[in-house]
Amino acid sequence: MSDLHRLTLAELNEGLRARRFSSVELARHFLARIERFNPALNAFITVTREQALAAAQKADELIASGEAPPLAGLPLVHKDIFCTDGVLTTCGSRMLSNFVAPYDATVVERLKQAGVVMLGKTNMDEFAMGSSNENSWYGPVRNPWDPKKVPGGSSGGSAAAVAARIAPAGTGTDTGGSIRQPAALTGITGFKPTYGRVSRYGMIAFASSLDQAGVLTRTVRDAAMLLAQMAGFDPRDSTSVDTPVPDFVGGLEQPLVGLKVGLLKEFFEKGLDVESGKLIREALRLYEKLGAKLIEVSLPNLPLSVPTYYVVAPAECSSNLSRFDATRFGYRCENPVDLMDLYKRSRGEGFGDEVKRRIMTGTYVLSAGYYDAYYLKAQKVRRLITDDFARAFKEVDVLMGPTSPTPAFDIGAKVDDPVTMYLNDIYTIGANLAGLPGVSMPCGQSGGLPVGLQVIGPHFSEGKLFNVAHAYQRETEWHKQTPRGYE
Amino acid sequence: MSLTRHDVENIAHLARLAISEAQLPVYVDSLSKILSFVEQLNAADTAAVEPMAHPLAAQVQRMRPDEVLDADQHEKYQRNAPSVAAGLYLVPKVIE
Repeated sequence: MSDLHRLTLAELNEGLRARRFSSVELARHFLARIERFNPALNAFITVTREQALAAAQKADELIASGEAPPLAGLPLVHKDIFCTDGVLTTCGSRMLSNFVAPYDATVVERLKQAGVVMLGKTNMDEFAMGSSNENSWYGPVRNPWDPKKVPGGSSGGSAAAVAARIAPAGTGTDTGGSIRQPAALTGITGFKPTYGRVSRYGMIAFASSLDQAGVLTRTVRDAAMLLAQMAGFDPRDSTSVDTPVPDFVGGLEQPLVGLKVGLLKEFFEKGLDVESGKLIREALRLYEKLGAKLIEVSLPNLPLSVPTYYVVAPAECSSNLSRFDATRFGYRCENPVDLMDLYKRSRGEGFGDEVKRRIMTGTYVLSAGYYDAYYLKAQKVRRLITDDFARAFKEVDVLMGPTSPTPAFDIGAKVDDPVTMYLNDIYTIGANLAGLPGVSMPCGQSGGLPVGLQVIGPHFSEGKLFNVAHAYQRETEWHKQTPRGYE
Repeated sequence: MSLTRHDVENIAHLARLAISEAQLPVYVDSLSKILSFVEQLNAADTAAVEPMAHPLAAQVQRMRPDEVLDADQHEKYQRNAPSVAAGLYLVPKVIE
């Protein structure tokens, strides 16, 4: 069985149940691919070989006993932002380069209970701050479609691993686009649920009012399968919402007749790669054929989403990252002369440039005399943007547009100018500010690189989003495209 | 908005970050650029708008009874500490 990596998660699940292959065979197959391809991709920070084989062995026993949980034996990778009991959890930072998590994040715990086999922990922008995966202490991740290009970020390791078929699925987190944008840039499916749908417990915090866990997979069906296990109320996260989780997989095949699709006018204006724009319009025409009605909608405050985000997110990050005090865990500098020196040098040496830049931006916008002008102002514009979305969803069921203004860009191309880098997230940040679910899926190629179509829905409309996105993948083959050398 | 070197030194102190001499001008430049960029927000009329702290309007912080739910695992947790003795976290002397 040398082609196991070509199968989707749903197909692997079926094969395991039918005993066509074992979970140990699967784990060995993917671990061998990781060994072969990861040196060039740098998608992993930690490979948990022994634990994976032990978990796979246990899964095989459960399957044989006929009492296997729903995802028993399926391999998966976790973004290194999720705490994993007894396993190094670095968040892509020197600050946590020696941190062995003492407990499992809820996402990890639930997937473990569902039977998944963790293959390893994936590379990421430090503390999830970045759109290119160049901000990792462990070095940049390379895009399997072209090693000179970034895979997007911050969940770049999970995205590259899934795109290169060295893992069938990965977890990610999305604070400003960190699941959807890397999914778009690597030609896979990335799903960000509603804020509050998936527990943030044990997920290292960046910006607490924006962070949300989700998945990176080959297909929409696979994403629905995983999210069904991850989602749901968790008393350990104070913003977890106590609302029922519908049957995501069961709702996939609903017809789209009468679906009202909003075209985000602001998403098709200046800055969008011409070829990407054409592909998105083609995808929209396909939706029309499937019975959807296209309606142009305008969200006039949406162009302010990037500046809003770059006040709100750094403010929350400066507060969250104050816990790294080199006292209870994490990196500590050599020979501190006093407590102030210990704090300052440990943090100065433990955090990378972009993280320090955001901590300082946040510190400034929250400081006396500037709080009203920056932080409060941004919180008000955040409401205007959220209200724009709410108004749009009175007219349409879902919104569609591009995920990213351009396909993957060159490694190093934007590192010297933070503002240019921040503008990569221009189409994704709005959903985070408003707490909305969104999905990106491949809809073609521009210059040989994948392009992502984004679908955004109202709060807790994940079932509808899965249904709408799956309908596209039933009609197209883009999600089956594999980068050369990884077939 | 253009920050001075002194501004950045002050912010770095508030944030407890040691910034090298060589890096200071880089941060003066990039932080100034970011602050100029976010000044676009001034274009929005927000006179009658309530600030929004989180995305779910109906969500309130839950309370729970003040009961011990976790077992004592301080030894496990302290395995990650840079310096520990007799169950205590060690730091440089604070009080002379």
